[in-house]
Order: sequence, then structure tokens, then C-alpha cells
Amino acid sequence: MGERDWAIEARGLGKRFGEVTALDGFDLAVPSGTVHGLLGPNGAGKTTAVRVLATLLDSDEGSALVGGVDVARDPQEVRRRIGLTGQYAAVDEILTGRQNLELFGKLFHLGGRRAKARASELLERFDLADAGDKGVKAYSGGMRRRLDLAASMILAPQVLFLDEPTTGLDPRGRGEVWTAIRDLVAGGTTVLLTTQYLEEADQLADEVTVIDRGRNVATGTPSELKNRVGGDQIEVVAAEGADLAAVAAAFDGVSTGEPTVSTEHRTVSAPVADRVAALSTVASRLQASGASIEDITLRRPTLDDVFLRLTGHRAEEEASSPEAGSDGPLAQPATYETGADARTGADGIPDERESTEAEGALR
Amino acid sequence: MTTETTAAPAADLTPARHSALWWAVSDCAAMVWRGLLYYKREPSMIAWQLGFPIVSVLLFVYVFGSAMDVGGGADYKAFAMPGMFAMTMAFGFMNTAYAMVVDKEKGVMDRFRSMPMARSAVVSGRGVSDLIGAAIDLGVLALIALAVGWRSDGGWLQTAYAFVLLLLLRFALIWIGIYLAMFVKGQEQAGNLFAVAFPFGMLSSVFTPPSLMPDWLGFIAMWNPVSSTANAIRELFGNPVATGNSWIEQHAMEMALVWPILITLVFLPLAVRKYQRLSR
Repeated sequence: MGERDWAIEARGLGKRFGEVTALDGFDLAVPSGTVHGLLGPNGAGKTTAVRVLATLLDSDEGSALVGGVDVARDPQEVRRRIGLTGQYAAVDEILTGRQNLELFGKLFHLGGRRAKARASELLERFDLADAGDKGVKAYSGGMRRRLDLAASMILAPQVLFLDEPTTGLDPRGRGEVWTAIRDLVAGGTTVLLTTQYLEEADQLADEVTVIDRGRNVATGTPSELKNRVGGDQIEVVAAEGADLAAVAAAFDGVSTGEPTVSTEHRTVSAPVADRVAALSTVASRLQASGASIEDITLRRPTLDDVFLRLTGHRAEEEASSPEAGSDGPLAQPATYETGADARTGADGIPDERESTEAEGALR
Repeated sequence: MTTETTAAPAADLTPARHSALWWAVSDCAAMVWRGLLYYKREPSMIAWQLGFPIVSVLLFVYVFGSAMDVGGGADYKAFAMPGMFAMTMAFGFMNTAYAMVVDKEKGVMDRFRSMPMARSAVVSGRGVSDLIGAAIDLGVLALIALAVGWRSDGGWLQTAYAFVLLLLLRFALIWIGIYLAMFVKGQEQAGNLFAVAFPFGMLSSVFTPPSLMPDWLGFIAMWNPVSSTANAIRELFGNPVATGNSWIEQHAMEMALVWPILITLVFLPLAVRKYQRLSR
């Protein structure tokens, strides 16, 4: 393959579950030592892609190399090179944190003595030393997530799969996990991160891939992706659906792209260049037009906007539980004012743990 | 978490080198260690597993006991206790299935499957630790049986062999438990397995001799593997057996070996195949 050293290289991955096509010719290339974000709405294929790459699932078509090893031909060798954390790789709730790490250390073939030493080392490092001998049942969401992360790092893996590692964590927990991920990358680990938060991708990812309907629809740096969306957005919420056309007209000549109208949410949004001037122009036009307005906001582009622009449909279209957690300020990045990017659920796999953690973070 | 830490581990993390067989045994041992830690951390697990057998013993021996006549003037307590041992083993497949379902649902199974451990260890470790758990269960039950006045009149060897036969039945049912767990979706569904376990345990010679049941029901009960084990251990314990003249009842000693071996031969490959197919 080219001159670059790829940690993950997937070509034309296809996977069907009965009638449902989960992956449809999915390509992915992640250079070694980088963080790669995998973004996509519910049911887009994020989960399936990670499960195939982590040797949990066989693909029907295509091939994938992880750490230079073919996942289909030598899965056991791949398993020596990867770590997996997130909604589908958990820790044992009955055991203590230390017992968990010792068990996994033994199963990673470190032998009893080294497994024990490694467990202590990781507990210390993930700030769990005091809770190490308590049952995991008693852990908070953030502690559990850190233990999960520690368990994935027992062998200091070459490639780490992180599935929504901070979903439901409070800002402090989120910051801690981010720090841990940055440390890992500094140590040479390549990270594939699935996330619903554009900000998380912004903070951590060198590059981002947007996946939709089982395909790679865009790959680029976070700023490249946001530029495609067109920077800041003005969003207007109309009181009456009938006023939507009038509202859209108020954007004429102000917006840098076509206004997007959602009759379902009675919103019109459009990208703008000159933030404050554009806002006041639109506001005064709306006042003159007599349209009845519920709300008008100026906001940064959200993941929803990225999806809308790249895929032509909203992320939430496929989400089964719309608005879940959208009003939980701690469950989403502070810089975004709308709940748009918190709406996508847990990527197809219902996970009660996630929701309880989200509640825990709000308390 | 401190920021100055790095990903570099203090110690060498190269996995030790051994043969595949060595790892199969070693990983199984690690999984068994995990299974036994459960008993240490949550001793109440034993009470939950034994709750039904103990309550049913009290019910049948003390509540219905005076009305129970298994024929030949035999002591009902001596008849029912071995039945209870066999029933506990029969219900054991639910414990196996439940543990597997929880691992599957919580994602622990996925973690195991994403690790370079021996592929067999998840299944073999479950089997061995459940067998040890069953031995603990039997020990507790035997003490309770002794306390309410049950005795084995067989020799040491016969008594020991009876317990071996019980564990053999439990061993066979591990594979049914694992197989069923692969189909069950969640913990709530796992609870429904009781609908399978209950007739399996009760439609047998556990509490009443099949010869006293309506013909068709008696036939099913006679051919229930649980009955063969129950009758065989009654014979070994020197407890009243109350068998009829059917072939299956006359050959309880043999069938107590044949049934578990047959079940294992069918369900072990099925369970292993189903487990391997989780990646489909």
C-alpha cells in the first residue's frame, strides 16, 4: 500500500443482516499514531464497522487490515494488537476493579504476577486506586468508563477502538477521558473513535470520517468538514408552519447557502458569513414581514448540520428516541446551544447503562 | 488522572509464550477463577440457586409428606431427598444460561471475544465453574437433607458414585444451558427459561413414582433423564426406589450414564458452534 503507514485499512466492507444492509462498500484508512473520528447517525453502520474491525463480526465482502494484519485471516493476531472500549465491551460488574483488570491481564497472557502488577499500575493511572477493591457495581458512570478504558489498555495496544467513550459523562469526566486518550496517542497508539459529538471529534481527531447508510460519505479534518457545512448558522423557529416560506425569504442575499426548511420542527436554518450583521438583517426583515417567530438563534454548525449537508437527511431521522437528553446541558458540549448533536442515540444498540449514566451526570 | 503519565508501561508487556493447549487450560482456569470469585463476592447467589429446591423439600416433606404414599410403605423423606438432588441439577442449566446471557447483554462476552485468549475458554470456563458451583450446591443440600433426617444406607463408594452421577447430569445440562443462552435476548427472557426447567424437573420421578401417574404422563416422566438419575442414586443411597417394571426404570443405573453422555454429544457441538457463530 502507499508510503503511509496505515494502522487501519478497510476496503469495500459489506455486511448484511437479513434484509438490512449495514455496511455497503465501506472504505476507511487511518494513518498510524493518529486519532480518527467515525461520525454517523443511528443505524449508519458505525457499530458494524467497528465490530468487523475488532474481529467481533465477519464481513460478507471486502477486506480489512488492522495493525497490518488481516482481520479475517488472522483474527487472533489482530486481537493482540487492539483494545476495545465502549458500549459493546464492558467490565464485570460483580468483580472489583482490580479483579477485572487482573482477569483481563491473565487472559491477555501476562501471567498472574505481571497481571497483578499491571492492574495496580492501571488503577493508579486512571485514578481508580482508592476504588480498586470496591465492586464495579458501586462505581459511578465516569469511574466505570475509566476502568473500561484501563481494561482496553492492558497490553498498550497498537490500535484502540473507542465507542462513544464520553457519552453520558459530565464535563469533568469527559475531560479526564480526553486527557487519557491524548496520552495514549502520545505513546503511539492509533485511536478509532466513534462519537456523536462534533466537538469531541474537534478536540481529539486528526481526521473524521462521516458514515451514512453503510458508506464512507466524507473524510477530512474537522475544520474541513465544518467548512463544507458553511460555518455559523442562523436558525429561526416559526410559530406557525404557514410562515415558513416567509421566514425562508428573509434569508435572501444574507445566507451563504440555501436555507434548510424543516416543516416538522418549523425551523429554517442557513449558513451565514457575517454573523451579527446577518442576524440583525434577518431579524428586521422578519419583523417587517409580520411572520410570527418563536425563536431566533445564531449558532455554530452541529453534527446535524454536517449530516444534513453531506447526506441530505437529518441525523435524527433514523433515531428511534428523538430529543432524548437534548435538554441535558451536561450531556453535550458546552459550546453548542442546540441539542441537535445529542439526539442521535447509541448507534442501534440500546444500552441502558448509557442512559443511567446520563441521568447520573445530571444529578 | 495526572497529565504527565504516558502510555508507556513500566513493565514488559510481551505475552508469555506457550502452546495453544497450555493457554486453553490456563485461560479456562482464569475464567473459573472469575466464576468462583462470584461466589466469594456474592454468597447470596447460592441461596438464590437453592431457594426453590429447599422450599419444595419443605413443602413436599412437611406439608404434603403425610399424604404421600410411594408404595410399599416407604419413607417419603427418603424417597424425596434424592429426587431433590436430581431436580437441583436439572434446574442448574438455568444458572448456566443466565450467566451467559448476562455476559452477552453487558458486553463482557464481546470483550472476551476481542481478546487474544483461547476461544474455548469462555465456554469451558463456564462449564468448569458451573460444575464446581453445582458441587457446592450439592454439599449444602446434602447437609440440609441430613439435618431433616435423610441418610444414605449405601457404602462410601456407592454414595460417592451417586454424587458423581448427579454431577454428570449437571455437566450434560451445561451445554443445553449455553446453547439456549445463545438464543435468549436479555435477562428478562432468561427468566422465562423457568417455563422449560419446571416441567423438565417436575415431570419425572423426583416427587412421585411415574407408575402412579396417568399412563401417558408416566411414560414421559419415566423417560425423562432426570428420572433415570434420581432412580439410580436412590438405589445407590439405598433409599426407596419405587420403580415399575418398564425397561427404562429397570435400567436406571445404565441410563443415568447414557442420558448425560447422549445429551453432551448432541448439545456440546451445538453450543460450541452457536458460540462460534456469534461473529456471523
